[in-house]
Amino acid sequence: MFTPAVVFNALELGCIYSLVALALFLSFRVLNIADLTTNGAFTLGCAVSATAAVAGHPFLGFFLAMAAGAAAGGITALLQTRMGVPSILAGIITDTGLYTVNLAVMGFSSNVSMLKTATAFTLLRDVMGEQSPYKLLLAGAVTLLACVLLIAFLGTRLGLSIRATGDNPDMVRASSINTAFTIMVGLCISNSLTALSGAVLAQYQRSADINLGNSMVVIGLASLIIGETILGTAHRSSIWLKAAAAVAGSVIYRFIIALALRAHVPAESLKLISAVIVALAIAAPALKAHYDFRRARAKAQAALEKAEGGRG
Amino acid sequence: MLYLKNVTKTFNPGTVNEKLALNNISLHLAPGDFATIVGSNGAGKSTLFNAITGDFIPDAGTVTLNGRDITLIPDYRRAKVIGRMFQDPLRGTAPGMTIEENLALAYLRASGHTSPLSRITARERAQFAERLAELGLGLEDRMKQPVGLLSGGQRQALTLLMATVVTPKLLLLDEHTAALDPATADKVLALTRRIVAEHKLTCLMITHNMHDALSFGNRTLMMDSGRIVLDVAGTEREKMTVDDLLDRFAESAGHALDNDRILLSREEG
Ligand SMILES: Nc1ncnc2c1ncn2[C@@H]1O[C@H](COP(=O)(O)OP(=O)(O)OP(=O)(O)O)[C@@H](O)[C@H]1O
Ligand SMILES: [Mg+2]
Repeated sequence: MFTPAVVFNALELGCIYSLVALALFLSFRVLNIADLTTNGAFTLGCAVSATAAVAGHPFLGFFLAMAAGAAAGGITALLQTRMGVPSILAGIITDTGLYTVNLAVMGFSSNVSMLKTATAFTLLRDVMGEQSPYKLLLAGAVTLLACVLLIAFLGTRLGLSIRATGDNPDMVRASSINTAFTIMVGLCISNSLTALSGAVLAQYQRSADINLGNSMVVIGLASLIIGETILGTAHRSSIWLKAAAAVAGSVIYRFIIALALRAHVPAESLKLISAVIVALAIAAPALKAHYDFRRARAKAQAALEKAEGGRG
Repeated sequence: MLYLKNVTKTFNPGTVNEKLALNNISLHLAPGDFATIVGSNGAGKSTLFNAITGDFIPDAGTVTLNGRDITLIPDYRRAKVIGRMFQDPLRGTAPGMTIEENLALAYLRASGHTSPLSRITARERAQFAERLAELGLGLEDRMKQPVGLLSGGQRQALTLLMATVVTPKLLLLDEHTAALDPATADKVLALTRRIVAEHKLTCLMITHNMHDALSFGNRTLMMDSGRIVLDVAGTEREKMTVDDLLDRFAESAGHALDNDRILLSREEG
């Protein structure tokens, strides 16, 4: 069922998209912000990286994409912390604005093709040879590097204050740290990771498209939640495990998609499946509490009936 | 040390909910002063603290700390020199992070000189363990555990340590033992007394326990409807009983103290 080509493809895509899951781990789990900049930042990464590659700078494109993503995250953070825009709306506003920016970056065209362009992947292929797993190597290396840097960063004093911002902002301010600043740094980093994901993906598939980032926030969250559920990291405190879960979830998600495509499930229906996964996973604690309550009530009622039956 | 000059604050001005919470308050604390504050519900005690820490900018008046006018300085900057504790044990710590990480954050107040990208050093870790051991709660063996696992009393003790790990110029305690059971509250209060004495801290402590109000520190303030209605210290205070204090309050405020929790504590004593 899974040919080596399919497995490699899922691994490669899993690695590339896991940067979005890592980004959402930072914004959604650590900072406790549902950051809807994600969709636009992903496309922004695609656009910048493709345009840079076409101009002959594929590797530089990755860094430019990260800088652009950080700027997008910074705008969302500014709207939220300085201008009192609710966080969800701040993300939507940036995302909407980014649509135009992304088109502009791609020269007001809705897609950029890189079929005849040297990309980071083709350059590596030229060095390593057609038969080598160069795609997986590059995608894996970028992900690993991002993971290591992110984890190292979260252990620093600034990283600690960002983690505490999602946990107890009052206490962060009481430690003489401005939470507007920690939110800003956190969202810059998370969106630069998202943009890097888009940047790598565009060069990987040799095309960028204005719609590539659609639903990326839901897909990323689905991946993150799948990983957390399977590795059981929701209640663990190790940051390493949590990052590993984001990557693992993303790879698993890509395998699920590969499986679905094999089973001739139309690709369009996958979004519905992702949406259901995210809705159920986020609703799970509330659903469980409701279920426990009903069970306790049924039990109490049964006990009561039994007692009354005994008397009568 | 701390000067408040004619500080006034009205919440929701011009609406039906208009509330004059601080009414032209002036207060001077000398270095090393430890004043307790008692007062009716809604008298403005917590609001007074909020004005000092910078939760809001007062409508009028100035706040000066150590000769520096801090009225317009944002709260997080003032936190460098002001330690604060709340009644709610959940407010002072980050539950998802370990004891060590929480202390490291509190320690940031000292480190104008350390880089934001530096990590907790072995030396700091040893220091934290030492300070934790002084609490006598065995927390030094649990430094890698999330604070969310600690009891309310343990958390308040940790918060007290966090507020004082970098010696603050001013320590503000807002009924910090009110949510604890009596035995634990006594422990945390004993710790408070010790730490304040050890570091010769200047301290304001809101309490609803009239005995504590007289036995802690060197000065007692009473508040009512946004004003400080009574300020006693020295021999006058030493001779005072709880009943004297309540009588003096009624005299100055024009009505008896109506804080339900305070009346309870009166009967206990
Ligand atoms: N942010 C706010 N917005 C509107 N009103 C407020 C605000 N903070 C305090 N108040 C009002 O100001 C008054 C003083 O409140 P404060 O919390 O200072 O009382 P307190 O003396 O601490 O009382 P307690 O003993 O109950 O803690 C109250 O009437 C309160 O409702
Ligand atoms: Mg209060």
